[in-house]
Amino acid sequence: MPTINVNVVTPDGTVFDGDVDMVSVRAQSGELGILPGHIPLVAPLTIEAVRLKKGTNTDLLSVSGGFIEVRPDKVTILAEAAEKPEEIDVDRAEQAKKRAEERLQRAKQDDTDFKRAQLSLRRATTRLKVAGK
Amino acid sequence: MASLREIKTRITSTKKTKQITKAMEMVSAAKLNRAQTNAQSYEPYTQKIRDVVTSIASSNTEATHPMLEERPIKKTAYVAIFSDSGLAGGYNANLLRSFLDKLKERHNSTDEYGVIVVGRIGRDLIKKRGIPILGEITGLPDEPAFTDIKEITRLAVDLYADEKIDQLYLWYNHFVSPIQQDVTETKLLPLTELSEGAEVKQSYEYEPSAEAILEQLLPQYAESLIFGALLDAKASEFGARMTAMSAATDNADGLIDDLTLSYNRARQAAITQEISEIVGGAAALE
Repeated sequence: MPTINVNVVTPDGTVFDGDVDMVSVRAQSGELGILPGHIPLVAPLTIEAVRLKKGTNTDLLSVSGGFIEVRPDKVTILAEAAEKPEEIDVDRAEQAKKRAEERLQRAKQDDTDFKRAQLSLRRATTRLKVAGK
Repeated sequence: MASLREIKTRITSTKKTKQITKAMEMVSAAKLNRAQTNAQSYEPYTQKIRDVVTSIASSNTEATHPMLEERPIKKTAYVAIFSDSGLAGGYNANLLRSFLDKLKERHNSTDEYGVIVVGRIGRDLIKKRGIPILGEITGLPDEPAFTDIKEITRLAVDLYADEKIDQLYLWYNHFVSPIQQDVTETKLLPLTELSEGAEVKQSYEYEPSAEAILEQLLPQYAESLIFGALLDAKASEFGARMTAMSAATDNADGLIDDLTLSYNRARQAAITQEISEIVGGAAALE
């Protein structure tokens, strides 16, 4: 069975580089599953876990935004931050989640603070989900 | 001639200084090494974004974005990257001199520009000259993470998007080698040079649309360029500091040699004088 090479790159270096059977991401327009031989594609991503399927194994990566670039034999995900489950600081994510929830209670709907808090809540919950907590 | 004791004190203090400069030289060398590695590991990220941006900008004629278009220049912003601490030779001074010259050449009044400044030394220097500061970041770690400068990259991009500024330049010391750092000016926004001369390597499908992708990609690209410049500047800083400290260590060596020579001369003169006094005294007794 053909595999596809996946590269997850952040400003602080490469987080993941390896061959997998299938990549699932949540693009802004919806869920995308990418198998080997996909047509070239570029799509922005939302803050969500990226699933890398290999055999019966599924690895999770938390990815904060960014975008995905697909070529037939290669997938590159460029994001401002990405972590493997074991790299995630669970305490920090939990604190960030709590902080964001408090801020959401106080801030008004159309405030930039509100949007910012929403985003940081998304990041925190994604990290917690990937870390399996 | 200075007294023996005075020379001795100077030798000791110069030796202490030499120890410090030597240590700083080695620390900077190690940090330079790491800064270069960081800059290298960052390279694929910018490279990749540039590839995609260029391919969209050059292949698709429909897609436009304010960041790709020139508009009449009313206000210019500069991002200037200085260091937080001194003792780095001409690192900050060179940058400041070229920067101020350029400002004077380009602008008539302070209303026409503003500066986003990185680094404590730069901030103090710029503030002292009464140049308007739009934003500042000080106390960056030696190995900055992307999130450390998020605040100013966001600020710069937002100012441009809100049309508060119409172009954005980046000033920093580009790392050539430990003994050479070039003051560099890069035009960051608008991104006009992108579509020129670029060959299309790959044509992509865009999901949902090319515009939507540019919308997200261009700010990210601009931010990544600022961060890349910062990493470059950090490497320059350590290179400059290493060279400055190595020169200081050499100077201290020379100074210690000179002082030791005059110390020995003074010591010999003192001995000679003592002997001739004894001989003179003995001769007087006979």
